[in-house]
Amino acid sequence: MRAEFAQAIIRARAQHPEFLFLTGDLGYMALEGVREHYGDRFINAGVAEQNMISVAAGLARGGFVPWVYSIAPFAVLRPYEQIRNDVCLHGLPVKIVGNGGGYGYGIMGATHHTLEDIAVMRVLPRMRVYIPLTGEDVEDAVGLMGRDPSPNYLRLNLPVRVDEGTPPFAPWRRIRRGRRAVVIGAGPVLGNILALKEEAFREGLDIWCAGILPLEELPEELVESIRRTGRVVTVEEHYRECGLNEAVAARILPGVQGPLRWKALAADGYPSGRYGSQAWHQRENALAGEGLARHLKEVLDA
Amino acid sequence: MTQPRPAPGDLRARALAVKRRFLAMYAAAHAGHVGSSLSCTEMLVHLRFAWMEPEDELVLSKGHAAAVLYAVLAEAGMLPPGELDTFSKDGTLLSAHPPLGGIRGIPFATGSLGHGLSLAAGMALAARLRGERKRFFCVTSDGELDEGSVWEAALFIHHHGLRNLVWLIDRNMLQGIGRTEEVLALEPLGAKLEAFGFHAVTADGHDFTSLARARELCCRDEPRMRPRAVICATRKGRGIEGLEDTVDCHYLPLTPPQHAQVLRTLEAEEKERGEGHEG
Repeated sequence: MRAEFAQAIIRARAQHPEFLFLTGDLGYMALEGVREHYGDRFINAGVAEQNMISVAAGLARGGFVPWVYSIAPFAVLRPYEQIRNDVCLHGLPVKIVGNGGGYGYGIMGATHHTLEDIAVMRVLPRMRVYIPLTGEDVEDAVGLMGRDPSPNYLRLNLPVRVDEGTPPFAPWRRIRRGRRAVVIGAGPVLGNILALKEEAFREGLDIWCAGILPLEELPEELVESIRRTGRVVTVEEHYRECGLNEAVAARILPGVQGPLRWKALAADGYPSGRYGSQAWHQRENALAGEGLARHLKEVLDA
Repeated sequence: MTQPRPAPGDLRARALAVKRRFLAMYAAAHAGHVGSSLSCTEMLVHLRFAWMEPEDELVLSKGHAAAVLYAVLAEAGMLPPGELDTFSKDGTLLSAHPPLGGIRGIPFATGSLGHGLSLAAGMALAARLRGERKRFFCVTSDGELDEGSVWEAALFIHHHGLRNLVWLIDRNMLQGIGRTEEVLALEPLGAKLEAFGFHAVTADGHDFTSLARARELCCRDEPRMRPRAVICATRKGRGIEGLEDTVDCHYLPLTPPQHAQVLRTLEAEEKERGEGHEG
């Protein structure tokens, strides 16, 4: 989604003279156009993320809306206290952009992955997390973030293709209709479910995509589907704790009667101690391929 | 320079008034960090009354000296003096470190060390991009310089030539539980700052004549147009008998006799200086 993001941030500038761009010395073969378009409003802050976030807070206090870009773990985890103190406590409109959330950087290894970014960002005061699914979503998310006066985090990854007629980026949307179990996911990992060919999945799974955390109220149609099927699967390229699964559970618990079959599909880190591409890590964690299919079948067969 | 510069004697009187205010605050709250406030009182008084214009901003990065900041703001008429009585008590606006919440003169909540210089840099860059003439001042401690983020900020300020920002260091040679040179040595500090591209000026941080000289050196256009830093040599807990220049005065609240002694000492000192020649 880097290319889509770069295009979106360039296009958005016409409406947003207050936008300013900072990168932590990353974005090779991606941000060159942004640098050219933003001129003196494009700052390579160097490999110094703590300073970059606090500088962004100071710029925001001076009337700018800074977009701060890095690889996701470096954007979120390295300067976390700066994000909490200087940005979130003050409610400043700093837009943090993390590329490659989850296993996005694949064979680059564990230091370049982040499986806890949603957890640590969604708990912060006033922070709103945007998770696009498709390439088109990125521009919509950038537009919404530009109008959102809060601090934001944008989690970028490889975009997926969805069925024709899928609604545009939204806090909640249904991306495929099904009758037997509800799937709730966030981000491109959902594409691995869309890619499963078996008819049982194609007709059985009612697939919903969450685009923004904290989660908004569940749409009535989603609540109905949960009541009707009695089965919920959450899926996220993130640790099980404190991510989408728990956010969904907290939304569902007060409103849904009766017992539910519940399965949380999430990342478990590096179970074999071996490394590979993003797709390889997803398969190892049953977030893609046969492992994923097996889990979904269990839910449908239960 | 649009406001007339007050004479050193006037600034000393201001400093004494500020100290009276915050010593009363610490005594009423039975709170520590007295030494940290006594260390940088003259620096903050000099900034507010002899250097800053009303539109300029100060970030007190050593947030543990919040009491002196509140007292200076009250002295400057920017904070109702009645608020000072609530310092550090339940329901106060004035927490023991500078708060959120838009008090004029406090652009950012601080307290976790190593944030303020970057925050000031961001505001200074914003002002420059907007063509505003505001200036920005940041006061850090010396122990705070252990934080890597301070040096990230120093690189950034130099790289972007932020000459609308002045960094003042309260160099009292003490940090949390030890002397800076024994914990994590900072010397040669001036050479480090110069190596980072700063025009580093030194001053006696308790002497208004020396601080004024540092200000003049900073304001002078030097050919290399470097950003400015002032290393202010200070004494933590200055004026507290037996506790001055000790780690104890960082943490311990003053006892009533100590409180009375400090006031006596400071007032006697001011009387003596007032009777001598001005300056």
